[in-house]
Amino acid sequence: MLNDNDRIFLNLYNDKGADVISAQSRGDWSNTKEIFSKGRDWIINEIKTSELRGRGGAGFPTGLKWSFAPKELGSRPHYLVINADESEPGTCKDRDILRFEPHKLIEGCLIAAYAVNAHKCYIYIRGEYFKEGQKLQQAIDEAYQKKLIGKNASNTGWDLDIFIHYGAGAYICGEETALLESLEGKKGLPRLKPPFPALIGLYGCPTIVNNVETIAVVPTILRRGAKWFSSLGSPKNTGTKIFCISGNVNKPCNVEEEMGISLKDLIEKHAGGVVGGWENLKAVIPGGSSMPLLPKNICETIKMDFDSLVEQKSGLGTAGVIVINKDQDIVKCIARIARFYKHESCGQCTPCREGSGWMWRMLERMSKGEASREEVDMLMDVTHQIEGHTICAFGEGSAWPVQGLLRHFKKEIVKKNNFKPLISKNKNIPYLVDQHLLEKENA
Amino acid sequence: MLKLKVNEIDIEIEEGLTVLQACEQAGFEIPRFCYHEKLSIAGNCRMCLVEIEKSPKPIASCAMPATEGMNIKTNTSKVEKARKGVMEFLLANHPLDCPVCDQGGECDLQDQSMFYGIDKSRYKENKRYVPEKYMGPLIKTQMTRCIHCTRCIRFATEVAGVPELGAIGRGEDMQITTYLEKSMESELSANVIDLCPVGALTSKPYVFEARPWELKKTETIDVMDAVGSNIRVDTYGWEVKRILPRINEDINEEWISDKSRYACDGLQNQRLDTPYIKKDGIFKKSSWEEAYEIISKKIYSTSSDEIAGLTGDLTNMETLFITKEFFSKTIKSSNLDSRAEHLLVNNHERSNYLFNSKINGIEESDFILLIGSNPRYEATMVNARIRKSYLKNNTEVFSIGDVGNLTYPYNVLKNTTEIIKEIVEDKHEVSSKIKNSKKPIIIIGQSLLKLDSANYVVEKIKEYLKINNKINTDWNAFNILSNNASTVGSYDLNILSSKEKNNKVLKGIEDKKFKILFLLGLDEIHFKKNNEFIVYIGSHGDKGAEISDVILPGAAYTEQDGFFTNLEGKIQKAYKASYPPGDAKEDWLIINELASKIKSKELYKNKEELEKSMMNYLKITSSEKNNNNFENFNFVNEKINLNEIDYYYSNVIARSSKTMSRCRQEKIKFKDTGTEV
Repeated sequence: MLNDNDRIFLNLYNDKGADVISAQSRGDWSNTKEIFSKGRDWIINEIKTSELRGRGGAGFPTGLKWSFAPKELGSRPHYLVINADESEPGTCKDRDILRFEPHKLIEGCLIAAYAVNAHKCYIYIRGEYFKEGQKLQQAIDEAYQKKLIGKNASNTGWDLDIFIHYGAGAYICGEETALLESLEGKKGLPRLKPPFPALIGLYGCPTIVNNVETIAVVPTILRRGAKWFSSLGSPKNTGTKIFCISGNVNKPCNVEEEMGISLKDLIEKHAGGVVGGWENLKAVIPGGSSMPLLPKNICETIKMDFDSLVEQKSGLGTAGVIVINKDQDIVKCIARIARFYKHESCGQCTPCREGSGWMWRMLERMSKGEASREEVDMLMDVTHQIEGHTICAFGEGSAWPVQGLLRHFKKEIVKKNNFKPLISKNKNIPYLVDQHLLEKENA
Repeated sequence: MLKLKVNEIDIEIEEGLTVLQACEQAGFEIPRFCYHEKLSIAGNCRMCLVEIEKSPKPIASCAMPATEGMNIKTNTSKVEKARKGVMEFLLANHPLDCPVCDQGGECDLQDQSMFYGIDKSRYKENKRYVPEKYMGPLIKTQMTRCIHCTRCIRFATEVAGVPELGAIGRGEDMQITTYLEKSMESELSANVIDLCPVGALTSKPYVFEARPWELKKTETIDVMDAVGSNIRVDTYGWEVKRILPRINEDINEEWISDKSRYACDGLQNQRLDTPYIKKDGIFKKSSWEEAYEIISKKIYSTSSDEIAGLTGDLTNMETLFITKEFFSKTIKSSNLDSRAEHLLVNNHERSNYLFNSKINGIEESDFILLIGSNPRYEATMVNARIRKSYLKNNTEVFSIGDVGNLTYPYNVLKNTTEIIKEIVEDKHEVSSKIKNSKKPIIIIGQSLLKLDSANYVVEKIKEYLKINNKINTDWNAFNILSNNASTVGSYDLNILSSKEKNNKVLKGIEDKKFKILFLLGLDEIHFKKNNEFIVYIGSHGDKGAEISDVILPGAAYTEQDGFFTNLEGKIQKAYKASYPPGDAKEDWLIINELASKIKSKELYKNKEELEKSMMNYLKITSSEKNNNNFENFNFVNEKINLNEIDYYYSNVIARSSKTMSRCRQEKIKFKDTGTEV
């Protein structure tokens, strides 16, 4: 359980006010200049020691990512891009940060921009978050007014301009290179990596792309010290995380908790428990729909952090916990998730484009009971053919839920599906008149 | 040089290559659909996946740059599984059209699924269907077969310069289309048919005509313009079915223009197949003997200086040479010219009428000035190179006069000769640009050579370039863009009646001096017939045949061996792919027989002798260098007007072609009357 004085996001439920003055009363913008005076290298080092990992799903160490940007400003300007395209099903944490704690984000942008030598920051918000974007724009305007950003931001001598760009309803634009393509005005198709965005990113210039939550916790880490942050959670999985608990729970909510909290505690204490009691639990998807599900027996003892979940062949992802109880048909759930991935595939590379539709159609038939037994093994094979052979991580994202289902609930699918194709018996072909001539000896 | 390992074989490669190219150098072929050497890298078919030691998942070899010490494996089970998987996905939604698909037999998907794919598909769902799109009269689209390799999109955007093709939709519903349902505006549009690895984009005029293994393939040279693109003519029996490009990095790389590709169906229409003689204003069929009789009688009764000849734009060099011999030895007349108009030619030095920088040199240049030429319609492949140079080096292009859309941006200068005078006198901003550039190119088109001050312009520009050291042993910035395939060859063979602009033959015709006129495939008639006895030797019945009195049917460029010199001065041999129809003969044979009829002695025994003499002649004349520059030339300030270019009807074969008419209609947008086929 997280102590209240270890909490970073103090206004997650908007009981205190999101405007700049309330934010300043909570500690935002309190000593930005002192942080700057300690220098760029100190900032990057602190983030490295704090072992902060990206909160956007991949969990890449943030300090390491920042150190990839070229140290000296060359002929091309550097850019900082904030990924607020929160389209992962089951995730709604960035929405609350944009609405209720925008100044944490803006201050984080300033510090991160200084760390990577950027003077321009672009915040890419998904098009459906229009009202949240408006609130964020309000906060940015307030910050400009108070000279907290803009020329000589907060009296630190660093210029920073923040621009908001709206997306238009594509999940694939949450992928960092597709986001850069969309920002440049082209179709949101992911680029090949290498070259990585840290060297060739927006308009070919070095760009650092980070998630909203990652950047929003940076000022607090630097203020309270990396040691404090790494004291929470466990080694390599440090700090706090906002978990979004949804599905068959009594009180779905967003809650900021320590990394490594056990799943049972999370659901029982913060979300009011599973509908129908803990025993009614069937499976939990721990990190947004891209992660494989965990059946009940693993959920009893699993801890919510990056490494423990990877051991159980799942992943923390964005910490969008989706709880599924025994009243649901698990095959239908995964079929619906597969339909999402088929719809959102960008269509650039062959395995994802053809494979996601194929998997969805097979799962639909399985949920209705119209598939045959061999198809269940074939489906596992198809997911292995997609995984790892695509341009971006969308391939894994569409293949993993199906793999999770087949790994843990194969018996259920096989029980349902007994479909046999009409012609299965060997026909007894009558003896051909000249059959004996076909034998070589008689030819 | 980087050292790396491919399948346990150590190789050394140069820097900047991708893993796919490194594997090819080591001798291992990697299957691919979306990768093409001349286009940018897309990496989206995922067929080229190979295993690398340090990476947990396979990488796309067409996109990954090869680095020092890499250990690449292309024959492991992981790679095999990846290839089989991708092939299964490609064939999942691909329709079973092989029996009715034109690409069968030369289809990348067929070949690669045989070698690298699985034997049976496990896909049991319904396949998707994509409605057909309209892309013009040349490209037949069956977009259901498309595997979304995006080669056509990259070609249209980068090489052709018309960003008309794109993909709409997302995921499974992605479709490649022009969206506006009109034809592609570019003259290089039909090259997407070669690029498409499956039968999604095929050739509309060639639809359902033949299978590739039934065709006889002949490698020859294209004559639709002066570029001399290398082509491969595919024939079925005696009929030319289609024309495909051959790779020649120096001239046309891997592309040919639409006219070169599709004018071949004009070889079936409007053909002259027997000799005709005009009696009482009507053409009557006759025999070769009769025709030769009439001509020789006429020649005996006329004096030599009243006989003249004009050669056409598709004539090969052997025919030109034997015509020259015919005129000088048999008829003893010097009235032979290859120009159909009054054009300036100074053929004392070869560099005065060639494209001296060479087409390859365009890629290295940093400044281009176009004077009186529209390279897009006059020499399409040269335009494609200029565009390539613009994309690579951001070359600045200036043009004197607005010549329309050239697929790359250029600065327009006022189209008068005054501007040229200012440039060579260092009074214009362009002059400093020329002086500061390392490899400038000045391209002069045929429209300029018609003017009164053509002499002045050409000489002054040459002088200016020489003074500023832009004409030296490494680089020659002075270029003339010829329009026709036989122009440069005829200048090399000295088929000119006079130096300078004065075309004595044409002037003579206008002054009504001649009694007999020989037209060798000439259909650009810029004079009025005035009771001369005209003999037309050519392959198609067009304007030249209309005004003539005796027609002797000849052969077209695919029906005789011949040499052609392209605008750079490179001599290339075109080979015979089929036979001329009916009683038609090869052109040189007609002249030979005519000469033996008149003088009872034929000029050459066989074609080899003719070829040898022609080559000898070229060797001798090329070693004579006579630096006679013209002394008197006057300057007149006049407008440089571009010749009207009817691209799809520019020569007699194109005018007889149905496909060219359809293309032309698209451009001009005649209303359909409903009776067109």
